[in-house]
Amino acid sequence: MTTTELEVSAAGGSVEVAAQPVTRTVVEDLTARGRRSPARAALRTWRGRVLRFAIPVLLVGLWQLASAVGWVDEFTLPPPSKILEAYKELWTAGDLQAALPVSLRRAGIGLFFGVAIGLGLGLFAGLWKLGEEIFDAPLQMLRTIPFIAVVPLFITWFGIGEKPKLILIAAATVFPVYLNTYHGVRGIDKKLVEAGQIFGLRGWRLATQVILPTALPAALTGLRYASGVALLALVLAEQINARAGIGYLLNNANQNQRPDIVIAGILIYALLGIVVDIVMRLVEHFALPWRPRVTIG
Amino acid sequence: MSPSAEPLDTTAGPPQVLSAAEEYIVDVRGVRRVFGDRAVLDGVDLRLRQGDFIALLGPSGAGKTTLLRILAGLDAADGGQVLAPKARSVVFQEPRLVPARRVWRNVVLGSRRARHERGRAIAALAEVGLATHADAWPVTLSGGEAQRVALARALATEPGLLLLDEPFAALDALTRIRMHDLVGELVKRHRPAVLLVTHDVDEAILLADRILILSDGSIGVDVTVDIDEPRRRSDPRFQDLRQQLLDKLGVGRAARAAALAEIGS
Ligand SMILES: Nc1ncnc2c1ncn2[C@@H]1O[C@H](COP(=O)(O)OP(=O)(O)OP(=O)(O)O)[C@@H](O)[C@H]1O
Ligand SMILES: [Mg+2]
Repeated sequence: MTTTELEVSAAGGSVEVAAQPVTRTVVEDLTARGRRSPARAALRTWRGRVLRFAIPVLLVGLWQLASAVGWVDEFTLPPPSKILEAYKELWTAGDLQAALPVSLRRAGIGLFFGVAIGLGLGLFAGLWKLGEEIFDAPLQMLRTIPFIAVVPLFITWFGIGEKPKLILIAAATVFPVYLNTYHGVRGIDKKLVEAGQIFGLRGWRLATQVILPTALPAALTGLRYASGVALLALVLAEQINARAGIGYLLNNANQNQRPDIVIAGILIYALLGIVVDIVMRLVEHFALPWRPRVTIG
Repeated sequence: MSPSAEPLDTTAGPPQVLSAAEEYIVDVRGVRRVFGDRAVLDGVDLRLRQGDFIALLGPSGAGKTTLLRILAGLDAADGGQVLAPKARSVVFQEPRLVPARRVWRNVVLGSRRARHERGRAIAALAEVGLATHADAWPVTLSGGEAQRVALARALATEPGLLLLDEPFAALDALTRIRMHDLVGELVKRHRPAVLLVTHDVDEAILLADRILILSDGSIGVDVTVDIDEPRRRSDPRFQDLRQQLLDKLGVGRAARAAALAEIGS
């Protein structure tokens, strides 16, 4: 921080002496800034741990309290205890064990094909000018269609069986993988490619030894994003007359007026989202050991 | 090792290996390179024998990097003839290591048997004092270490021609001095022809046998460095040559005096 002020010199009354700007520097005391005290550091970590755990517990407690005191109707929003009972019921009836694998399989198969296609097209368009010319414009156009909007169309095209569900999930996951892979490959530092060429790498070997490993982080970002999209598409796809899976549980519970089971189903979707995120982080951790890990605070 | 010369540019028709030029492993004649309507290189001639160490000086924008890229085969000339050894390698101003490959894999980058050449990679790394870093990831290296890895990689292929484009420019002064010693030593051991592009006149005198200045599209100055090794900056011949080169580059005492005189008038 500096403040500039003009000190007009009146020395000798000479007209040639111009005003001289004098900068006065404001000094700041940094001695105590960010000084690390162990007590404060301990407080910070413990505060973090306690809050992380306490706030969700508090919220669930409030939720339970709300229906115990009668603030909300138990039917509109069943309390956590009722939802636990719903899980117990689903488990003893064997519904949960039947539904979960079905849903996971759907998401997995759809994701697999979506990722395979997205990766293939992304590499093709990234590595070859021809691929870019053929695929990029149409994919950029298709990308703007919200996949939710095509559900009715898919039903008329593919019926209401498994097919439209898998195709919907696959179609929704193609784009994030395609875009990230394509940009990852295209965004590689040209200097690195030149270094590879100097040492005799051309074509396929240049792609596998320099370009693909360097573009892998971007492709994995696409994969992570696609996994999230796959879950979203799963929820949507299971609204299409599902005869098995978590969506089926949800629909049934809706018809039987069982909001506790509906909420139980929704929470399973949420849990799947968390699990997928953790898995993808682990994949990135092990696939990209060379990446410096940066976190703020 | 006798590196075979390979025509890089065929604007002059089919390659013709001239018997008189056979001993030259780099043979550049009348090379032109035009960007837009400006001929950055306009008739460059350059010949190197095996083991020659040439430093190329010249003002910024003179076309030094352009010439080096043509010799490396990364760019094509717009005219003239370029012959260079098939086995060439380059150290750029930046290390240009593949971040996703461990240090030793970077050293044998491009080899068809890279996977099985850990031993060769470590031997090359040992020459630059980095054998213990073989399994490190490039991002964990300091700037000087990364540049040494790049040097190890360039020499590991036993090149006939080693092209250096300001390889020490981004290093601190102490590391640069160590790198000078290292390069001098390694070049004596491997005997490639070397073309070193630099802005540092002292560096050029310390390392090179011949110093060229590229300006206005062609090589204007070609001096042989006739100072016994080890060369010292305190040597009067060193100072003489330094002054002479700085003058030629337009920043020497005489040139500055002339410039000042011009302003004064
Ligand atoms: N790809 C390009 N397209 C257009 N102009 C270029 C290109 N490459 C280089 N030039 C121009 O050619 C001239 C010479 O560039 P070059 O990089 O060879 O200079 P240099 O001698 O290496 O300079 P420096 O010492 O600053 O590295 C510059 O004026 C530059 O702008
Ligand atoms: Mg340059």
